[in-house]
Amino acid sequence: MLEVKNMVKTFFKGTVNEKTALQGVNLKLEEGDFVTVIGGNGAGKSTLLNSVAGVFPIDEGGEILIGGNDVTKMPEYKRAKYIGRVFQDPMVGTAGNMQIEENLLLALRRGKKLGLKWAFVPEEREFFKERLSLLGLGLEDRLTARMGLLSGGQRQSITLLMATMLKPELLLLDEHTAALDPRTAENVLQLTDKLVQEHNLTTLMITHNMRDALRFGNRLIMMNAGQIIFDVRGDEKKNMTVQDLLERFSVAAEGAVSDRMMLAKD
Amino acid sequence: MLELVVGTITQGLLWSLLAIGVFITFRVLDIADLTVEGTFPMGAGISAILLTNGVNPFVSVLAAAIGGMLAGAVTGWIHTKLKIPALLAGILTMIALYSVNLHIMGKANISLLRVDTVYSLLGNLFSTPTMWTVAIVGLGVAILSGLVLLWFFGTEIGAALRATGVNPQMIRAQGVNTDTMIVLGLLISNAFVAVSGALIAQSIGFADVGMGIGTIVIGLASVIIGEVLFGVKSFVRSMVAVVLGSIAYRIVIALVLYLGMPPNDLKLFTAVLVAIALSLPTLKAKWLAR
Repeated sequence: MLEVKNMVKTFFKGTVNEKTALQGVNLKLEEGDFVTVIGGNGAGKSTLLNSVAGVFPIDEGGEILIGGNDVTKMPEYKRAKYIGRVFQDPMVGTAGNMQIEENLLLALRRGKKLGLKWAFVPEEREFFKERLSLLGLGLEDRLTARMGLLSGGQRQSITLLMATMLKPELLLLDEHTAALDPRTAENVLQLTDKLVQEHNLTTLMITHNMRDALRFGNRLIMMNAGQIIFDVRGDEKKNMTVQDLLERFSVAAEGAVSDRMMLAKD
Repeated sequence: MLELVVGTITQGLLWSLLAIGVFITFRVLDIADLTVEGTFPMGAGISAILLTNGVNPFVSVLAAAIGGMLAGAVTGWIHTKLKIPALLAGILTMIALYSVNLHIMGKANISLLRVDTVYSLLGNLFSTPTMWTVAIVGLGVAILSGLVLLWFFGTEIGAALRATGVNPQMIRAQGVNTDTMIVLGLLISNAFVAVSGALIAQSIGFADVGMGIGTIVIGLASVIIGEVLFGVKSFVRSMVAVVLGSIAYRIVIALVLYLGMPPNDLKLFTAVLVAIALSLPTLKAKWLAR
């Protein structure tokens, strides 16, 4: 579904601040793979996700394929037709000054050609209500409320709905629960899992929480210094504990386990 | 007295198209677009030169709109493709337009006293006095513009354009080219401004290459006065507020002139008014945090 070949990303090339954030990453996701990504600060997790999403171009020589389509040179907005995204900041995924319904109807047209058709369609409104009721947050009765009035958790839940409303070839989750309180984070994670299972979505999920990385998904990758240093899947992943992970990681990469990850293990 | 009142409201209605243009960039796209200072006299100039050459007044207004669109597209292109900040891109186009406008007009000032205008044509057709013809045209144009924009911003493209102003990252993730949306918004905005220039030139009887000075501030004043007085609860409400704000601004101006303020101080007065209105939220927060 996603194939990344020899992905290198250098920031500030040719200056004193030059930094190679990705050092030749190779990664292949099969359809339905739910991959959790862990690694310390500056390991390149977000750079990997943003490169796949097309936020910035990658260095010459690398290649990105989504569902067999070469998207390496494609601008971000064109790739959007393949990709559903949820960001770390709950404010980023939705337009705060617009209604819930307006946000949803734009998501329902992700990657489609927009026209001068009236955007508000009664049948779609029913569909939105039905989808919103799945969240159990009572939002189905507040279609015309401005997004900015909602809490971070509510906005993140809606962003998840939006990202999966049209089945994406690839779902990218960039620490999408990091800015939420623990209980809300758990709810959003459960919702994520439910939606991913329901639609059999190919997913890349960055998390700082090792337990979450083990609890969710069928595959786990660990990044350090711009490289994937560990890739485990299936039963092997299922039987791993946080302790195993920590041991494997300290062997694989000296110092790769950051304080933040240690703190997050429970 | 009646003449003064009707005349003031009429001016407010004709200038409301400028305010609508500024609203689209300043509030919807979240860009302060200074192109308007050039597109306003451009619209007036295009219309005036066509009128003196015997072109139909309605066609001249249409031509003004197209000129405005081109100017807006140029600013948009400079901003999105050459990556020059929007404020500076607008200033560049505005300065360039000063020369362009002189080329279009051939001289700095064109009198329209002896040619047919939109108002004289309609006045003859319905045998209405000039004052009322201009007023009715102003009202009709303001209502029509409001309705067209309400429709447009409710369409798929219109919604995407609004989202571009609110959260470009979000709307890019939905597959929308934000650069295209910004160019489109600037293009529509400047079309309204140019039409405003054309209609005002025809109502005051001349076009002048310097008549654009301060239009951005007048537009901002109208938008902000409208918001303060009539609220921003919904998009419909904001649109209505812009038009009413433009009228309110004209009334304020007429009032201070009536009370004896020298006309030369008008621009200073407007600038201070806008500065105060724009800083109100900050001042209020400071006052409350005392």
